[in-house]
Amino acid sequence: MEDLSWTGALGPFLVPVINMAAIVLAIAVIARILVSLADWARGADAVAVGGPVLAARRRGLGGTLDLAAQVTIGLILLCILLIGLGGFVLPGASKGILGWAALRFWPVWVALVVTLGLSIRFKRRLGLYGKLMDSPVGLVGLALVLFWVFTAIFADAIITQDPLGQLSGMKNIVPGAAVKNPSEGDFAWYLFGGDHLARDVFSRMVMGAQRVLQIAPAATVFAFMVGVTLGLPAGYFGGKLDTLLSFLANLVLAFPVILLFYLLVTPEIVQTGIPMYFAAVLFLFPVIFFAVLFNSRYKTNPPRRNLYVGVTLVLGLWAYLGLAFNADPLGVWSMDPNMLNVFVSVVFVNSPGVFRIVRGLVMDIKARDYVAAGQTRGESPWYIMLWEILPNARGPLIVDFCLRIGYTTILLGTLGFFGLGVSPESPDWGSTINAGRKLLSIFPHPAIVPAVALMSLVLGLNLLADGLREESLKD
Amino acid sequence: MLLFVLRRIGVMILTALALTFVVFYLTNLPPNLEKLAKSEASARMTDEQVDSWLASNGFAQPVLTRYAEWLGVLPGWTGTSSDGKPMGRCLNRIPAGETPPAYCGILQGNWGWSTVFKQPVSEVLGRSLGHTGWLMLWVMIVMVPTSLILGVLSGMREGSRTDRVLSTFAIATTATPEYVSGVIFIALFASATAGISPWLAEMGWIEGKTLFQGTATSAMDGLTFWNFGLPVLTIALYGIGYIARMTRASMTEVMTQQYIRTARLKGVSFREVVMKHALRNALIAPFTVIMLQFPWLLNGVVIVETLFNYKGFGWTLVQAAGNNDINMLLACSVVAVFVVLVTQLISDIGYVFLNPRIRLA
Repeated sequence: MEDLSWTGALGPFLVPVINMAAIVLAIAVIARILVSLADWARGADAVAVGGPVLAARRRGLGGTLDLAAQVTIGLILLCILLIGLGGFVLPGASKGILGWAALRFWPVWVALVVTLGLSIRFKRRLGLYGKLMDSPVGLVGLALVLFWVFTAIFADAIITQDPLGQLSGMKNIVPGAAVKNPSEGDFAWYLFGGDHLARDVFSRMVMGAQRVLQIAPAATVFAFMVGVTLGLPAGYFGGKLDTLLSFLANLVLAFPVILLFYLLVTPEIVQTGIPMYFAAVLFLFPVIFFAVLFNSRYKTNPPRRNLYVGVTLVLGLWAYLGLAFNADPLGVWSMDPNMLNVFVSVVFVNSPGVFRIVRGLVMDIKARDYVAAGQTRGESPWYIMLWEILPNARGPLIVDFCLRIGYTTILLGTLGFFGLGVSPESPDWGSTINAGRKLLSIFPHPAIVPAVALMSLVLGLNLLADGLREESLKD
Repeated sequence: MLLFVLRRIGVMILTALALTFVVFYLTNLPPNLEKLAKSEASARMTDEQVDSWLASNGFAQPVLTRYAEWLGVLPGWTGTSSDGKPMGRCLNRIPAGETPPAYCGILQGNWGWSTVFKQPVSEVLGRSLGHTGWLMLWVMIVMVPTSLILGVLSGMREGSRTDRVLSTFAIATTATPEYVSGVIFIALFASATAGISPWLAEMGWIEGKTLFQGTATSAMDGLTFWNFGLPVLTIALYGIGYIARMTRASMTEVMTQQYIRTARLKGVSFREVVMKHALRNALIAPFTVIMLQFPWLLNGVVIVETLFNYKGFGWTLVQAAGNNDINMLLACSVVAVFVVLVTQLISDIGYVFLNPRIRLA
């Protein structure tokens, strides 16, 4: 088998077009900036109030340049789309690396088109999520996030090689290299090259998405449970409880994160059982949260209350026993000790931040009339906190949740980058970057691929948060 | 004001004590001590030998006692080694003939001995902080003006094209952690096989093989743009986005104020309004943000110094943590906690000074 080129058979036609378009785009952008600066220097300010002036200026030199930039960007995107489509149409090696990659991701494209299509079709009925479809920034962010979510879900169908398999002669091989003597039915190339142990970078990147998306959202949810359960009473009651909890939160926040990770995420710490104690405390919060949530709502209706609280306690404590102590009698819930250590540390680092945000929001909201009305009705404090204040604080909390998943992803990457708490085999992005950086200046691809993957996921989450913030501020 | 500062300093000291105790406790857990004993004495010690080594080196006392000794509020331990020589916390590395002091903790200025670097901690720490100082200085010089300019430019006309472009750029930089941007920068500018360096070398525009250097090791002897540019840029980039967004938020808020509209309606040009009326008020909030950014920079410093092999504070911390060098780790955490808490204090006090609307009782 011959090696693949990046763009395949379409490359000779489309790459010159892309290059030309890129040059025109660069010139147009620089000229546009210069025009703006010239306007600014002349003091001829087309400030937003000056309607007619602004409209006239749009049609001038600046307007032409804007149009040129838009056209060239569109052209570049179209060419990239064509190369991707080429992967579905062209035969074998003429697909090119990008074409093959696009083809391998086909379940993701289908899922993306279906999800986004349905969301846009029914956007008026979907509340805040639907409104996101009106914001270009939010839509791009959502698409990026969904891309990685679907990649994680369909990872087993996407990968081209065994992510742990080492093939001879493929050490640090360049992207698109053909596998030496592939056996029948195996994929014949290393799409994004090989790493320092001759493993396929593409497949490891895809499996890495699975690893990251298994931990990051779950850890963020737990951090939110802890932060909300402690932040609500701290903000609502104030006083000594608030002073104590705030002091503890600031204590954790004052700790340099990396030092904390180096102290907490080591094999020695696992021996002492400290992660288990941490888990025992932190994992209790979700159970408490839901038990109190249902109890405060259905206190006046004991049969229903008993049902909900009972189910919560049974399910919650069952999972709690399994996850925190690895003592699940049925063996459904369990967690690898190293994984538990990483998970607990990330939750521990994240929860003070959530605590501070929740506390601030509660202190703001508790002065509202509907809280006073609840108090006058004689509602219990927990009912007011969980069913009056919390729903009204959801906007900033949802935005923070998105940002925090991104931050957690970065933290997990940091852990991997320092080689903490993960096995060297693990395909997660942080440790792949760490493994690749030693030969970075000679063979950049093993580190660049996971780096770009991590960046795009976090970027998607941040854009999504930005879109959500904008749309939620509109009402 | 004075009372406020005093109270803050009190809380600060309490926090510092609590944090150093946590570090002390975690580094002194039995498995860590066992690892230390095996690395210091012999890797093939039996459990009894480990215990006796720990006992004769003063690690057998209760954790609280040893923490107090480290602080210097209890006299250092004394004892005799297995072959009858006098041992003690304060006896180590005292020139022969001098009487050792009774107390030798950090309050007496004795930071202890680093087991990794085989040098007094204070020496290693001083040297590495010096290196990191230069890094931080250049990061600040690059980061603060850039982010303020970006923030003001995008905040002065909310929703304009400049605003949208710059905001997207800011979001993109906050989404790029140092270990990602560093890797990308090295591949782009400091790789002999990828990025722009091979092309530049072919054209004969650069002398060496690469445009920038991929390590900052040579920067410890002499700083140049080519060996220090990438580390500085990598740290600065992550901070730029965040500070720029805060500046933008503050700027857009100021631009909607009544006095700005009044000035505009009086016929003052837009440029004048921004420069004379808006800027000063808009820069109060970013000041606090920049100050609170220091703890984050500390993280960035650890990653970047590891990535670029620059032997500053962050690199030292990683070495100490990786080898459980207790004294060095404690010293590092004292420095880190000190930096975090002092910048918090400065940001609070500075905010009061800058903002005439806030008065502290």
